[in-house]
Amino acid sequence: MAQLLQHLINGLAAGTIYALVALGYTMVYGVLKLINFAHGDVMMVGVYMGYGTAYALGRQAQKSVLGVVLIFLVAMAGCALLGFLIERFAYRPLREKPRLTALITAIGISFALSYGFQLDIGFLPGAAPRAFPEIIQPSEWLIIGDRDVVVWNWQIMSLLIAVGLMVGLQYLVFKTRFGRAMRAVSYDHRVAALMGIPTDRIIAVTFMIGSGLAAGAGLLYAIKDTSVNPLMGLFVGLKAFVAAVIGGIGHVPGAVVGALMLGLVEEFVVGYVASTWRDAVAFGILIIVLLVRPGGLFGRVAAEKV
Amino acid sequence: METSSVPRTVPGVPAALRGILPVLVAVPVLVALEWLLSGSPFAQQLTYRVGVNVVLAVSLNIVNGMTGQFSIGHAGFMAVGAYVSSVLSLSLKEIALSFLPVAVSDQLFFIAALLVGGAAAALCGFLVGLPSLRLRGDYLAIVTLGFGEIIRVIVQNTAVFGRALGLSGIPPATSVMMVGFWVFLTVLVARRIAGSSHGRSLWAIREDEVAAEAMGVDTTGYKVRAFVISSFFAGVAGGLFAHFVQVINPNSFTFVQSMEIVVMVVLGGLGSTTGAIVAAVFLTLLPEALRSLLPMLTEEGSSLSSRVDQIRMPLYGLLLVALMLLRPQGLFGTKEIWEVLPRWLPRRRKGLA
Repeated sequence: MAQLLQHLINGLAAGTIYALVALGYTMVYGVLKLINFAHGDVMMVGVYMGYGTAYALGRQAQKSVLGVVLIFLVAMAGCALLGFLIERFAYRPLREKPRLTALITAIGISFALSYGFQLDIGFLPGAAPRAFPEIIQPSEWLIIGDRDVVVWNWQIMSLLIAVGLMVGLQYLVFKTRFGRAMRAVSYDHRVAALMGIPTDRIIAVTFMIGSGLAAGAGLLYAIKDTSVNPLMGLFVGLKAFVAAVIGGIGHVPGAVVGALMLGLVEEFVVGYVASTWRDAVAFGILIIVLLVRPGGLFGRVAAEKV
Repeated sequence: METSSVPRTVPGVPAALRGILPVLVAVPVLVALEWLLSGSPFAQQLTYRVGVNVVLAVSLNIVNGMTGQFSIGHAGFMAVGAYVSSVLSLSLKEIALSFLPVAVSDQLFFIAALLVGGAAAALCGFLVGLPSLRLRGDYLAIVTLGFGEIIRVIVQNTAVFGRALGLSGIPPATSVMMVGFWVFLTVLVARRIAGSSHGRSLWAIREDEVAAEAMGVDTTGYKVRAFVISSFFAGVAGGLFAHFVQVINPNSFTFVQSMEIVVMVVLGGLGSTTGAIVAAVFLTLLPEALRSLLPMLTEEGSSLSSRVDQIRMPLYGLLLVALMLLRPQGLFGTKEIWEVLPRWLPRRRKGLA
């Protein structure tokens, strides 16, 4: 029983990280109808930015509250800029082209980033995994029985951040002028442009928010995992994408629910079957969900246009 | 998308010869290659790799290029073929047909292993093809990627396939003739499909699936069949690959391997068989050329050969981005190479076949 409870907690904690990455996917997909394959790699770049900032700050400063805030801000701002550049120079020129073109571009960017960061030329970090500095001291927040169930402070923290961001995004999308513009662009970006909505700017800002979120999620992931490497984004990104699709891509609460489900299932597979099957189960769920409900759990299937 | 080209028959060739003409051309070429390369193991290895990549690229082109169903899990099918044929070869290692010379008997068993490997991959292709009934575009791409990964995990957890260690001691049965034969067969099948009514249905699906469906094309059937044919040849390519590297493990067939094949197809032009061949040959030989060139140009020669492999993957990524921005149709688009040759070269007359 205690074991089950512990798996439940760990699964939820893993799920919240997926959720944060999945939110960025879902936002970009909602507005652009583009699977931003490079999203996970933007996250990886964010983690390395945080890593660099932490080392620049030094051992003492990186553990202070101000230091942690600074690390998050630098990484998120840097990734927002990176997201802006990717959108501006890679995706915007292709907006009127077939969707396959944009997908191939996204795969290309993903490859260029993840394998580019494996080089050890100049400031690039090289392929070897690195230890992420312990910017937040892990401590047990709740202990039940004789350490049967342990809840860590970072688990609570990432859960709160994920839920907070989800609520914030829901507010942004449904209650603000910017959100209304986003929804209009998502519905039909040409008509939205005719109505006087600055389509390019809306899409660019959406991209920047999504990329900034990815950086934040990546840092939480790095705090948990403590080991960072240039290929980490590829698979976390794919998992987050799976989560977004399970929930119904383009649907903000759906992404969170899908991510929590995925985290739980993976944790149970690791706990009760074998850790080697984890990735296969994630993709298996993806295929089943797509076959049974192509729109995801909360999504709707758009009618096919000729 | 530009309109797809329709392959024409060769003018000026007697009808009786037309069917066997490719064979008449291929056999002397293969024999000559076998004889030329027999002295150099390095050149042989390079030929094997070029050949395997050509088979992979041309077969992926049937799905990605001709049918427009973007699959990014080709390495999964390659893995199925490689593992199944290797297990078969390993278990049949000691058996020989006594009435035949040993070499001939071995090659017969090898062909059988390749065919079984290809068939196993084709079965997987059928399974992957089925979701394509309901999914299109990017979703299908992700599903194929997921399928490739699932295959890898299954292999990793199966005792017969050696788990994470993989299989070793696979007999080195691959020969230039064998690789050449499969290259020939793959290209022939791909070209025949492109020119047939079956191929026209594939082109129709690629250009507009909904319209094709409305015109009475059985899109489901054609898509599944394209997947089956494509994955059969991927499986054979995997078998060929396994029988010259002699050691395979789950890490030989990752997403990266799939992407290399995708890059070849995209660079050559989605839908162009000769484009896929040219790109596969070029991208296989390029790292080798750089490896031998770079040490001559710079002082520190030791680290450069590893650097070529390091730089290759990010370059592929940038190449994809640049292609999509500058020339999304790839080098040759949907055309074959003789249709895009410069004007001053002798060309076939159009419309007189």
